[in-house]
Amino acid sequence: MKEKNLTNKKLVVSSLSRKYIMAAAGLFLMLFLVMHLATNLLLIIGDEGKTFDKAVDFLTKNPIIKIMEYVLFAGFIIHIIIGLMLELYNYKARPVKYKAPMRSEVSPFSKYMIHSGIIIFIFLVLHLFHFFFIKLGYVDLPETAEHGKDFFNMAIVTFGNPLYSGIYLISFLFLGFHLKHAFQSAFQTYGLYHNRYNKFIKIIATIYALAIAIGFSIIPVYFLFFYNA
Amino acid sequence: MDIKLKIWRQKDAADKGKFETYDLKEVSPEMSFLEMMDYLNSKLISEGKEPVAFDHDCREGICGSCGIYINGRPHGPERGTTTCELRMRFFKNNETIVVEPWRSRAFPVIKDLIVDRTSLDEIIKAGGFISVDTGSAKDANCIPIPKNNSDKAFDAAVCVGCGACVAACKNSSAMLFVAAKVAQMGLLPQGKVEASIRVQKMVEKMDELGFGFCSNILACEYDCPKHVSSEFIAKMNRDFFSSKVCKQKVI
Repeated sequence: MKEKNLTNKKLVVSSLSRKYIMAAAGLFLMLFLVMHLATNLLLIIGDEGKTFDKAVDFLTKNPIIKIMEYVLFAGFIIHIIIGLMLELYNYKARPVKYKAPMRSEVSPFSKYMIHSGIIIFIFLVLHLFHFFFIKLGYVDLPETAEHGKDFFNMAIVTFGNPLYSGIYLISFLFLGFHLKHAFQSAFQTYGLYHNRYNKFIKIIATIYALAIAIGFSIIPVYFLFFYNA
Repeated sequence: MDIKLKIWRQKDAADKGKFETYDLKEVSPEMSFLEMMDYLNSKLISEGKEPVAFDHDCREGICGSCGIYINGRPHGPERGTTTCELRMRFFKNNETIVVEPWRSRAFPVIKDLIVDRTSLDEIIKAGGFISVDTGSAKDANCIPIPKNNSDKAFDAAVCVGCGACVAACKNSSAMLFVAAKVAQMGLLPQGKVEASIRVQKMVEKMDELGFGFCSNILACEYDCPKHVSSEFIAKMNRDFFSSKVCKQKVI
């Protein structure tokens, strides 16, 4: 009876292999964030978006970047789907929950990965609507007299809106939380553990998460409070 | 000291179960948690009530039989302690103590606080052994083993298989248990021969039995009564990865 009730079907892709794939997708997305941030920071160097426009122009026309866009989409989809599958599977692994709240001392960043992940996903949808669909021509760029229709102008208009900037800032706060655990977790998943280097990995994870969260947050703050057309 | 106990009572696996509250007076702070449970049971028996069923054996922290989820933590509030070693002095006077069984799909409740931990044995049966007869105990140092390896293998072998890692994990994952068993054998020359096949078979069995997936939260390491390190989980991740990349076939 026990066998019948408990045993799952043999998993085609083992739990560990799924995690390797999810971590690989995650690491790729982390690299992408660095590149994305580097480009975005060109918005605030004070040249009215000239360098930024050049960068956008290069990125939209480069064939390698075109291919990488598909890889990026695949990375997001794989990471999200496996993440949701693992969460669902884990939820089912404890059908009767504890009545007392769990008190094991663990990092809050690690406990709420799915929650921060969902917030980031919602932001991603909004972000795609605002920026990527424009690129594809589904949504029109806003136009102003000074800049005409370009992405720099788009940044002025969207970040000038306190609501959008607020959502942006909150999302990046959660992205920071997500990345803090994600970075060090990827090392553990691939078995890169060493007593001497673990502290170092944790410090790098914190620096990376802070750099990404703060780096992206500077941009809406700049347009909201410091930018004068 | 006086305490209030909220204990999970469940007649059998089919029963839905519910909490029952018991007031217990004049509990000695020197009692172990299990002695306190004995004291409660003797009272219940004298009142003609059904005693609370719980697992126990050696009562000195080495057999892994006891395992109760106390106030939101497996084996209670004291780190590095099994339920049988936990003393009542770690609780406050008049404290309400919530007592539950391990909760996991792989650990169905048999009665009250007793769960069926056969799943852990099933994982061992899948590969936690050395296939060849290694004979009787050899003379010391007959097989040269680096000190570091024997120390690490011992650090892994201290796992008593109580299942606290599964109970503590948000995902109900058995990774720390499996990793400890994989490392304990794989680090020594006798077990090294089958290391790649062993890790694949044990992980496959762990997945089949319905344990959750590890998400590196490391509550297992925090609540392990034997302080088994999550380093072994990383080692298992590494071993499994290389065994898959090298395409070593499971026989």
